[in-house]
Amino acid sequence: MTRFLLGRLLGLAAVLFVTSVVVFGTIHLAPGDPVTFLLHGRPATPETVAALRAEHHLDDPLVTQYGKWLGGVLTGDLGRSAQYHQDVTALLGSRLPGTALLVGYAALLVAVLGVGAGLLAALRPGLLDRTVLIGTGIATATPSFVLAIALVSLFSVRLGWFPGPGGGVAEGIGARLHQLTLPALALALTFAGLLARVTRSAVLDELGRDHVEVARARGVPGRTVVRRHVLRNALGPVVTVGGTMLAGLLISTSIVETAFDVPGLGSLLVQSVTAQDFAVVQAVTLLSVAAFVLVNLAVDLLVPLIDPRLSPGEGSS
Amino acid sequence: MTTAPDTPVLEIDGLGLRLPDDRAARPILDGVSLTVRAGETVGLVGESGSGKSVACRSVLGLLPRGARTTGRVLVGGEDVLTMGRARLAALRAREVAMVFQDPRASVNPLRRVGDFLTEGLRASGTPAAEATARAEELLDAVGIRDPRGALRRHPHQFSGGMLQRVVIAAALAAEPALLVADEPTTALDVTTQAEVVSILARLRAERGTGMLFVTHDLELASAVCDRVYVMYAGRIVEARSTGDLFDRPRHPYTAGLLACTPRIEAGAPAPRPVPGRPVSLAEAPPGCSFAARCAHAVARCTEEKPEPARHGDGFAACHRADEGIAL
Amino acid sequence: MTTTLTTVPHRRPGLRRLRLLGQGPLFAASVAVLVLLVPAALLAPLLAPYDPEALDLGASLVGTSGDHLLGTDQSGRDILSRLLHGARTGLLGPLLVVGVSTLLGTLVGVVAAWRGGWADTLLSRAMDLVFSVPGLMLAILLVAVTGPGMTAPVVAMSVAYTPYVGRLVRGIARQEKARSYIEAYVVQGWSGWTVCVRHLLPNIAPTVLAQSAMNFGYALMDLAALSYLGFGVQPPTADWGAMINEGQGAVLQGAMLPALAPSACIVLAVVAFGIVGEGIADRIARREK
Repeated sequence: MTRFLLGRLLGLAAVLFVTSVVVFGTIHLAPGDPVTFLLHGRPATPETVAALRAEHHLDDPLVTQYGKWLGGVLTGDLGRSAQYHQDVTALLGSRLPGTALLVGYAALLVAVLGVGAGLLAALRPGLLDRTVLIGTGIATATPSFVLAIALVSLFSVRLGWFPGPGGGVAEGIGARLHQLTLPALALALTFAGLLARVTRSAVLDELGRDHVEVARARGVPGRTVVRRHVLRNALGPVVTVGGTMLAGLLISTSIVETAFDVPGLGSLLVQSVTAQDFAVVQAVTLLSVAAFVLVNLAVDLLVPLIDPRLSPGEGSS
Repeated sequence: MTTAPDTPVLEIDGLGLRLPDDRAARPILDGVSLTVRAGETVGLVGESGSGKSVACRSVLGLLPRGARTTGRVLVGGEDVLTMGRARLAALRAREVAMVFQDPRASVNPLRRVGDFLTEGLRASGTPAAEATARAEELLDAVGIRDPRGALRRHPHQFSGGMLQRVVIAAALAAEPALLVADEPTTALDVTTQAEVVSILARLRAERGTGMLFVTHDLELASAVCDRVYVMYAGRIVEARSTGDLFDRPRHPYTAGLLACTPRIEAGAPAPRPVPGRPVSLAEAPPGCSFAARCAHAVARCTEEKPEPARHGDGFAACHRADEGIAL
Repeated sequence: MTTTLTTVPHRRPGLRRLRLLGQGPLFAASVAVLVLLVPAALLAPLLAPYDPEALDLGASLVGTSGDHLLGTDQSGRDILSRLLHGARTGLLGPLLVVGVSTLLGTLVGVVAAWRGGWADTLLSRAMDLVFSVPGLMLAILLVAVTGPGMTAPVVAMSVAYTPYVGRLVRGIARQEKARSYIEAYVVQGWSGWTVCVRHLLPNIAPTVLAQSAMNFGYALMDLAALSYLGFGVQPPTADWGAMINEGQGAVLQGAMLPALAPSACIVLAVVAFGIVGEGIADRIARREK
């Protein structure tokens, strides 16, 4: 177990290291002098140029530059935002809760809608199954920004049930959740459709297994068979796919937050790219990849708990 | 059970089973009749596709999707085919138990062995502590060392033979009157096969359980069973006591099966395979379904279906059963 | 050599036996959609009734009429003309992504499977690494450096989609390599390169094609998302994703068509590619049985 954990942590470190090199290196990949890039059109007075060169340690050799930059990142110094004139760390801190709430809300919707629809389709063959298949087929083919438009036009313009884009951050958690319902739905439906398909085929796989028939042949009631054998065994693939979706949700917030004008990390990333606020882009990228890798690690650790055959260091005796 | 002591534990009476026409041209089962009395071991032998597995699953009311049945399957005098859902569950939990071919596939790999053993008991209302105690006893009875530890382990930590012992233990948990074993040794090594068979035989003798032993291996059936039914293309073609069946088979198919079993005794004839292939579900020959492969077939065989008739201590379904067949 | 060749177990289904029709109405309809999309994109300048970039502020947000079949957007541009022209960038981008990622992925996958050993370890780890960074993230990072336009998103997506193809190819190529017919060729002294190109690749091509068809749909979605965010083709060039972005304001005013029409195009194209991809995959699975 410790060896497995150590190996996973090493892999995680490797991904983060490569990502940090790439993120750091992009600034030097940009055509021309990094200073011109960092200035992006502001007047190049000798003072500002000198300040930028000092801030980014541009006069040091590349390796030293990277070392100093990484040291800053690890101690929470992510540089300054050019468009907000603020420390990036503080800026991220103020945007993180909004995104976390949105992603959490959407993840809940994905789990409930996706697993629910998948189960329904697998356990109730016929019309219901076909309806779910068609529904999920369309859901997985609909990008979140298209969904955003459709949801806004139906639920806020026509019916007026939910607020449209913009309108600032609502006060109170209830009002906030109400405000985030359409964005969360737009974010969730594509992934829910995918998870429903995965759930459906996992449950159908398990329903066809011999041990399920054996359990029936032993007089175990149908409900108990489904709960103890079918659902329990289908959990593995569902959790694995669901885990990787969390990362997809996180990155898709940049689209949904832009569509609904939600102040969060995603919309911050998009604005920063447009405004060429490079320190913020670097920070959000690093943070996203770190979150992505951590989620994958969590899934890897969770899966052996679901399927004992996958336990590391587990041999048959 | 409240039935008279001489009621057979299992009596299949003229069981016919058809699938919807697009899935099979001939009946899967046609007029299958067999009897298992208390404490008796009865073999059901046939090639794959002969319908033996479908027949033995029907004892538990496990029918293929969309199947239509005729006849009766009486367990302790009650017809399984007309049972309601709750009665059927009770029957499966208490009165009939089944051992399947592949132990690896029979046990949920994600649950502990103890869960598997106690599940049936718990389903029929036994308290948890009592069920666990009983599971330990059973594991001990099938020869698994450290039963308490075994309960906490997962199926992948057992070998195939050991796992089949667990499956047998689970089948015996509720003290069933009838045990149905569907090719219980086919998926195992030869040496493990012998162990599993001897455990089954011993437990059956100790507990007086009736057993329906389904196999494709006539030799194995003869070692375990008191009587043997031979099945071909959904019909019972011959039934008689084990000794008589070996000494004097009346149906050419039985004779063919015996002739194709390799023997190791000195001077034994070389094994001869039964020519041709089994009847598929898509064909429905009008006469005897074995006629196409039979060395003794005459014109009548391809026109008229032979009805089972008494010959010696059993019966055979062959127009020429009287004439005697030379092996 | 020719005499021995005939004794080699020959298994080369190729693409010819994959009949594209006769797989149900949904599959046929999807193929029809794709077949219609291509000439629509190619002939856009001839088919489009108006210049897609011609502004007519007097005719802003006109509904469907004889003059404008799908109405106009906020700047008075004809939506149908913009849709037709948008199909060009809409299809060209994913085509490039799928082309590059399929070539690159097949190369990486086959080399990893054929070579094995350290080459396999290295390539597989590299694919894992790319796999662990979402394509959209990579694209946004690249756009941040090089500025908006088609190039950065297409390059980033090509890289991001390579592991999908690479992992698949590596898996099936390893299976194929283990089969006796490949071994028979190697034993006969054919070079690994020849066996790969002449026998291995044709055998894995249908599976790769199925994956690529599905990837096409996803790439279309991802690239549309990037141009929706303003990172793709720059205005005033017509593009479906950008049209949806521009049409958002109109939705709040109650005019649905400017955003809805390109949305429908995207969904239709993605669904069609998905069905075609899955249809081919199903067909392969059935044949393997």
